[in-house]
Amino acid sequence: MADASLFAIFMDGVFLKNFLVVQFLGLCSFVGVTKDVKSASGMSGAVIFVITLSSFVSYLLYTFILVPLRLEYLNTIAFIIVIAALVQLVEFIVRKHMPPLYRSLGIYLPLISTNCAVLGAVLLNVMNEYTFIQSITFGIAAGVGYTVAMLIMSSIRERSNVLYVPKAVGRGVTYAFFIALIMSMSFANYFKVIPL
Amino acid sequence: MGDNRSVASEYMRGITKDNPIFGLVLGLCPTLAVTTSVENGIGMAAGTLFVLVGSNMLVSLLRKEIPDTVRIPIELIVIATFVSIVDMVMEAFTPGMYASLGVYIPLIVVNCIVIGRAEAYALKNGVFYSIIDAFGVGSGFLLVLMLLGGIRELLGTGGIKLFGVQLIDFVSMLGYNPIGVMTLSPGAFLTIGVLMTMVNYRRILKAMKGD
Repeated sequence: MADASLFAIFMDGVFLKNFLVVQFLGLCSFVGVTKDVKSASGMSGAVIFVITLSSFVSYLLYTFILVPLRLEYLNTIAFIIVIAALVQLVEFIVRKHMPPLYRSLGIYLPLISTNCAVLGAVLLNVMNEYTFIQSITFGIAAGVGYTVAMLIMSSIRERSNVLYVPKAVGRGVTYAFFIALIMSMSFANYFKVIPL
Repeated sequence: MGDNRSVASEYMRGITKDNPIFGLVLGLCPTLAVTTSVENGIGMAAGTLFVLVGSNMLVSLLRKEIPDTVRIPIELIVIATFVSIVDMVMEAFTPGMYASLGVYIPLIVVNCIVIGRAEAYALKNGVFYSIIDAFGVGSGFLLVLMLLGGIRELLGTGGIKLFGVQLIDFVSMLGYNPIGVMTLSPGAFLTIGVLMTMVNYRRILKAMKGD
């Protein structure tokens, strides 16, 4: 995997191995925060930022601290602490410098530290033995893929508000799953049906 | 807290009313990702059950010492410790399952079920009831994962194979043609969507009877 080209890693992260609809990482926010486009885009922005930053920091932490000290088995604990600290830091910065953004993002930021997508991206970087540049590329790609899926999902949900839906399906989580079903079919099959 | 709660009702609450998937809608990522077969579902749920019991017990023991402001980092570290134990034990004793569960084992750390129970129950209740609660919620999770895994494996491969033993085989018995997509990601969304619709339908019927 270490010799994969950056473009291949990027396309993998955004489409083929899309975090939300193909790998099921970060589903809680996918069904919970996609009722309208505004909050979905806010959440996505926060996720891109935190994923990229944490791939950067965790690569340095893993290569220069954990591996030389032979503490690789502590990686789960180390990464979750780094991510929690980063999220806290981002929250401080956003609250100080971008109050309007904080008002719309405020409640989502703490959610990110328990978002599978962030820890998943960091752990996949280690598992695939990506180099420094590859790790960051994968982090950005994961964030972009997350954004794409979140935006499609929230636009569909917002625009289908006036449609008739059976009461047992409702407007909540179950409805989101049926939209996700159609989306995952397109994401998973697009590159397989059309041979490149 | 009065001690007049019965152990059985505390345990059953985790399976019915507070069921992690259908009641609380928590921990969806592992639920959908690993349920390609019954076996994987059982492995994942067993790992989660162990982490739940361990973290609920420890958080409940420490609940008087934990300051309110830093409780979430402390809970995360407690949970991450137990997850590391599961990670290493599974890698050593069940390498096949460890390979197929992959990144989702360390991701138990961010499973909302575990931190949710620590936050909502273990911080406020005694050790004994916290452990019962963990067992209840863990069993609820196990049942859902087995159900989802069973449906997907049966439709997707035409049979159910459990720890090397072929239990059901529709392909040779009935000439069933497996629907491969059920073991891929669209199958997961379809299965949980249909199951949730059925649960909602039952709830609506119950509410109509009550009125």
